[in-house]
Formats: sequence, C-alpha cells, structure tokens
Amino acid sequence: MNEIIIEATGIKKTLGRGAGEVKALRGIDLTLRRGEFTLLMGPSGSGKTTLLLVLGCMLAPSSGTLTVCGTRTSGVDKEGLARIRRDHIGFVFQSYHLFPTLTAAQNVQLALDIRHERGRKAGKRAREALNLVGLEQKADTLPGELSGGEQQRVAIARAFVANPSVILADEPTAALDGNNGRSIMRILADAAHQRERAVLVVTHDPRVIPFADRIVEIEDGLLVDTGSGEPERLHLPKTAAFRP
Amino acid sequence: MSLVPTLASRNLFHDRLRFVATLVGIVFSVVLVMIQMGLFLGFGRMVTTMIDHASADLWVLPKGAKCFEDPSLLDAKLRDKVASVDGVASVVPLVIGFSDWRLESGELTPVFVVGADLRDRSLEPWNVVEGDVRALSQSGAVVVDRSYYDRLGVSKIGSTAEIRGRRVKVVALTDGIRSFTTTPYVFVDLKNARTYTGTFPDRASDLLVRLKPDADRDTVLKAVRAQVGEHEVLTTDEFRSRSRSFWLFGTGAGAALFAGALLGVIVGTVIVAQTLYSSTKDHLSEFATLRAMGSSNGYIYRVIIYQALLNAIIGFIIATAIGAVVVEMTAKSALPIVITPWLIAALFVLTVVMCVASAIGAIVRVVRIDPATVFMR
Repeated sequence: MNEIIIEATGIKKTLGRGAGEVKALRGIDLTLRRGEFTLLMGPSGSGKTTLLLVLGCMLAPSSGTLTVCGTRTSGVDKEGLARIRRDHIGFVFQSYHLFPTLTAAQNVQLALDIRHERGRKAGKRAREALNLVGLEQKADTLPGELSGGEQQRVAIARAFVANPSVILADEPTAALDGNNGRSIMRILADAAHQRERAVLVVTHDPRVIPFADRIVEIEDGLLVDTGSGEPERLHLPKTAAFRP
Repeated sequence: MSLVPTLASRNLFHDRLRFVATLVGIVFSVVLVMIQMGLFLGFGRMVTTMIDHASADLWVLPKGAKCFEDPSLLDAKLRDKVASVDGVASVVPLVIGFSDWRLESGELTPVFVVGADLRDRSLEPWNVVEGDVRALSQSGAVVVDRSYYDRLGVSKIGSTAEIRGRRVKVVALTDGIRSFTTTPYVFVDLKNARTYTGTFPDRASDLLVRLKPDADRDTVLKAVRAQVGEHEVLTTDEFRSRSRSFWLFGTGAGAALFAGALLGVIVGTVIVAQTLYSSTKDHLSEFATLRAMGSSNGYIYRVIIYQALLNAIIGFIIATAIGAVVVEMTAKSALPIVITPWLIAALFVLTVVMCVASAIGAIVRVVRIDPATVFMR
C-alpha cells in the first residue's frame, strides 16, 4: 500500500452564520496516497471546492482532523499553514493564475523563490519543469502570448517544480478544448504515476475519468461513493472522453 | 537573485500611467520640500552674511538687539573701556542704518548703509570685482553691488548719486552681496556712515572686538561683559544664531518655510500611499496566488516595499535634477536656494521613509488577503 500523503478524518465545515448558515462538508473521511491519481467529482454546490480548500490548508475545518505529510493542521496559525502548503502542496487553478508580467520560466521559478531556492540552479530547475510539460521553447514568453493550454501547462510546471508530495488541481481542463484538456490530464496522470505524487483533481468534467485511478464523488457535503475510474459507471459516452 | 525585485519592478512599470502619476507625486513633494528647505538654508545664510564676513571674535551690542540690522545704538565711549580689557586686540565701532539714495534721475530708493573704520578692516566689502576698497576713505566714496545697478541708477565706477543730500561716488563694485530685505547694501567709511544715517558721533550700532592670539575667549568675554553694563556681549556664533533665530522664527518666515515643507511631505505621502494601495489592489489576485502557493507574508511585504523603494529612488533622482536646475536659476537672485550635501542626504532618507510609510496601507490590505479567493475566480 502506498504512503498516505493527506489524511482527512471526520471533516465538517460550516460556512456562514444564522439564517445563511450552510453545512458545506458534513463528515468527510478521505486519504490521498503517493502515486495515486484521484478525481473528486460532484455537482455544483456539492462541496468539492470547500473540500479542496480544506485539504489544501486554506480553510480550517469546523471539526475533524487533517494530516498533511504527517503534520496535523489543527491549531496551526496562518503562517504555519502557508509553510505546509509551501513544503508539501502544489496547486493548479482553473484560471491558471499566472503572473502576467513574468515570463513562463519566471512564473515557474517563483514557486522556488518563495522557498528561498534562487540563482542559476533555480532557473535551471524551472526550465526543466517547463521541459517536462513540453514548453521549453516558450520559457521566455509572457503568459499573455501563450494559449490557454500552454498557460495551464506552465501552471502545472509551477505546481510540481518544487517536488511537492501532493498536487491539488481545481477544474484544470474547464477552460480548455479537447486536445489541450487531454494533454493536461496526461501530464497530471504522469505526475502521479511516474513522479510518485498524490494528485487530486476536482472536476465535473466526465471526459477526464479515463485517467483516474480512483473517483471520489461528493454530494451535499458527503462522499457518496469511492471506486475505480470507469467511465461506464457514470454512463459516459466513449466519444466524449479524453483518451489517455 | 530573488525574483522580488523583478516582480516589484514589473508590477510598477506595467501600468505606466500610474507609475508616472506616482513619480509626479514624489517629485512634486521632494522638490517642494527641497525648495522650502533650500530657501530656509539660503535665508539663514543671507541674514548672517554681514556677521559671517566681519572679522570679529566678540560683538558688543545694544541691549536687546535682535539682529545685525537692529537700529538700536550704544555709547561709542564703551570702545575705550572694552579696549582696556586684557586680551582685547582691537575694538571697532560699526554704524549701520537705512538711508535714502537719490538717483541721477531724482528718484529716491532706500539703501542700507554699512560703515566701519576701514583702517581696522573689520567689516569691509568682499567679492570686489572692480575698483579699490581703499578708496572708501575718500569723501563721498561708496561701494555697491553690481546686481543693484538698476535700483541705484549707476552703471560703472565713477557713477554718482546722493545719500541724504550728500553727493556720493561709486569707487568699487562687488558681486553677490545681496540683501534678503532687497534693500541694497552700501558700504561707506565710518564717518560717512554717521552722516548718511544721522547717527551722532558718540553713538555706534555695534562694537566689533578682536582678541589677541593667545587670549582665552571665555575669560575675555566675561571681562568685557563686566565693562559694558547693561549692553550685551556675544560671540560671533551666538550673534549669528540670534540673528538667524530672529529672522527665521521671530518673523514667522521660518515657520512658513517649514509648513510648506511639511505640506510637501504630507502631499507626497498621500499620493504615494494612494497609488501604491491602488497598485496593490490591482495585483491582489497575484498576491493571493503567492499566498496560496505558500509564500510567507514577509515575501509579499518585500515585493510591496521594493516597489516603494523603486518609486523613492527614481522620484528622488528626478527631483534632485530639478533641484539642481532651481539652484542654478536662483544663484544670482536676492534669495538663492541653497542645497547642501547634508540636505540632499536628509531628503533621500525622507523620501525613502515617506515611500516606505506609504506602503503600510498596501501591506495592511495584503495582510487581509484570503488565499482561498484564487479558487473563486
């Protein structure tokens, strides 16, 4: 059995107060293991993003325990949570969130810079990470001059350049066409399978299912099923799927 | 090398219009403070120019005299008493005062007469560019500054006019002896000064005391004070300080200059704070991304402070260049702006402090960033 990277037990999260109170998560138990590619799926408002924020140490759970790479997050202050993110977690955002004034290489290098890894070595690592996502030729290009798929690949390179144990991706293919979506999913699957990262992708895009080792479905703040990545289980037409 | 400077400079130069607006604010502020403080220094020098150029160790002044131009008089017989004190080398009476100068055209203009005994060379014209100061001993001889040609209706050595109905002739010309009151200084012999200012022969404005080389100044000072009764005895530094205090603070001129400088600092701080805050607000999603990636708050503060420092340095360089032009342009004016290396250094520190202080608002805003917002966009 692979090493557990993230372990969430009995996670509950209530958002808002009084009449506006929403029980976003109602007792989640979830583990993410090294080398495993997990999809978190569910309809809008089901609690996907809230769970991702909790797993990513950006939102404290109302109750339950979260352990990231052996460190329990309860009672850790904001700077401490930032340190956990910096040391163990790489993020891929739906709308890329690249820095428009920095080149692709500098965007990737930024993930090393905040870890005080600087100089030529850091620059070399950033270019190697871009090489892994097939963008070595665009290292000196500004994000505005890249396509959506290329920008997302830069964002992925930024997420794993510092060798985090886990990569959390939020709807990484939502803004991409079929070819680019497939390319992104292949890179993320490789990150899990070849580079031994735990990868969790939040999505409601059924086309990504063929890439998953495991699918976790969430509905009304509860996990409803856990199983293998089989498109048929979600009645997905084969023509609609991204092929690995 | 860290990416902080790169990120900060790109953030700064990305929106050029805002960058220019920020620079205009800083430059306006620094130039305003520079000019106000330069005027302060220039004014401070101008009001003591006669004291600075007098060859005196001690000054005997009428009681309560506030400045060099004070019209009070003292008994000239004190000269003998002061001269009898051990350690005193010489005592020179000085007569000063306003008078009327009549141009050849018949027009009248006020002048400030400065007269000392020329044999002692205690206070004689300096920066003489034409003529001979020794000719002042001639009857009706005067020395004027060439910057006052128009005011005095003279154009060369030998030009004539009248002071209090007495014919005078220009025997030498100086360059740069200007009065902050805009009333031209006219140097004359002591005897003529009494005539032109209506001062009785037994009166004098001040006594300039020079000490023997081996005399102890403090000991002589005490002895002279004992001799002059109610009159005051000051060292040159004390008299300079008193004159400066009177003109700068007694008249409110210094307070006005300081108020202008303070206004400049406030305006500059507000403009830089506003533009930095606005820039930070525009880049909030980037700072939130950094925070989500696990950056420390300190890393983000460094980006903002670096932006502030870049603003400060670029703004200061431009402001200093403008200041240098202003100094050059006012060099020959009645009140030149004086910018010293110390003022430059102080202004640089002030600019940096102003810009970094301006970053506080932006930093406070960044502290409240929720990294989770990057998942909402």
